[in-house]
Amino acid sequence: MSASPLDPAVFAELQAATGADFAAELAATFLEEAPGMIAQLKQAAAAGDGDAFRRAAHSLKSNANTFGATALAALARQMELSGLGGPAPDLAALDRVYTRADAALRGLLDG
Amino acid sequence: MAEALGHVLIVDDNKVNRLLLARNVELLGHRSEAAENGKVAMERLRAETFDLILLDIEMPEMDGFEVLAAIKAAPDLRDMPVIVTSSLEGLENIVRCIELGAEDYLPKPVNQVLLGARLSSSLEKKRLRDEQKRLLDRFATHEVALDLQNSGFSIGGKRLTASVLFCDIRDFTALSEDLPPEATIELLNTYYTLMFDAVSSNGGIVNLMIGDGLMALFGAPQPLANPAQSAVAAAGEMFGMITVLNQEQRAAGAPEIRLGAGIATGEVVAGYAGTDDRAAYTCVGKTVNLAARLEAHTKIACRRILIDEQTRNGLPDSAKAEKIEQVEFKGFSEALDIFAL
Repeated sequence: MSASPLDPAVFAELQAATGADFAAELAATFLEEAPGMIAQLKQAAAAGDGDAFRRAAHSLKSNANTFGATALAALARQMELSGLGGPAPDLAALDRVYTRADAALRGLLDG
Repeated sequence: MAEALGHVLIVDDNKVNRLLLARNVELLGHRSEAAENGKVAMERLRAETFDLILLDIEMPEMDGFEVLAAIKAAPDLRDMPVIVTSSLEGLENIVRCIELGAEDYLPKPVNQVLLGARLSSSLEKKRLRDEQKRLLDRFATHEVALDLQNSGFSIGGKRLTASVLFCDIRDFTALSEDLPPEATIELLNTYYTLMFDAVSSNGGIVNLMIGDGLMALFGAPQPLANPAQSAVAAAGEMFGMITVLNQEQRAAGAPEIRLGAGIATGEVVAGYAGTDDRAAYTCVGKTVNLAARLEAHTKIACRRILIDEQTRNGLPDSAKAEKIEQVEFKGFSEALDIFAL
């Protein structure tokens, strides 16, 4: 999966619809909240709590879509749909993808 | 369309989603408040008035499906429009939302233009429904309005046992000829206020008003433990209230009112009759005719309240009723024993 970390068109659309200042604040909120969501997801995976895992993946997917974080959304979606029933989720990949999305989003905010 | 602006409750466990939806809603000119899960949402809904709910499905504590079910089960909330906003996948989940009463489903991220259109159309529908409810409350009794809300409207009847009370003002036509029209209407309004009070405080409904007469039902549409006793108690209160009114009338040098009442108990057919466009909650049957005849007979028998045998049998102190034997009524093949109170 070589999806780009961030689709600038989606973020531009968000800015147009809600205002540049608001979009920036919202992105900052996401950057604050996302590490917590990822931590919750990992915790749920470790505890074998399928519901909490699915919910955390779902939230992450939903927010990633809002900002056009395409690769993060795709991975979170895959985790949401497969849950904890099958093979162990690739948590390291999630960290990698998130780090890239985080950097790309910060780049947009600073740019 | 300033009148369609609404107070929206946003229910979502995710902070980014809550902020974004609130922004969207406010940009569309509506006011919004947020709840972070279903449980908090239900508390807010009980404490405050909202016009519409934007509801997420995946939430801890109480999820969106549970919220939809709880809203549908609460009579005062179930007309509240709910638009589900979720990134939940699977057609079956969307179908489940709609089946649980959601007005619509918007996938996340929510498109601003689509959200605007859905909000206005849902709020407009709600406004019309509220209007309808207000009209219904004014022109139907509260009980009939509730019955309509609970069971939906359909022309059709039910056979049930009820007590029917007819009451009117004696010689009101003669009395009103001496009064200016405004005073006549004012007197009628006072009279009706008192009569409605007496009927509803005893669990009955006034379902017909004609001039100075009214017909009240006890035991329909809502069942009562002892309709006969309730009807007789209501008649007693009516006379008590008119006695007080007459004291005031006398003191003011205004004419006094005299009443007659007839009560019959038995099987009636009750339901909505009319056409799809115009209908009323009505009650027909032999019992209704008999109650009307009894009321008319109060003038001839010079009694205040006349009841039929089945009503008397429902009274705990039935011995107090004075028997009048074998009265013949138009439309009834056999003479009947009736009772005066």
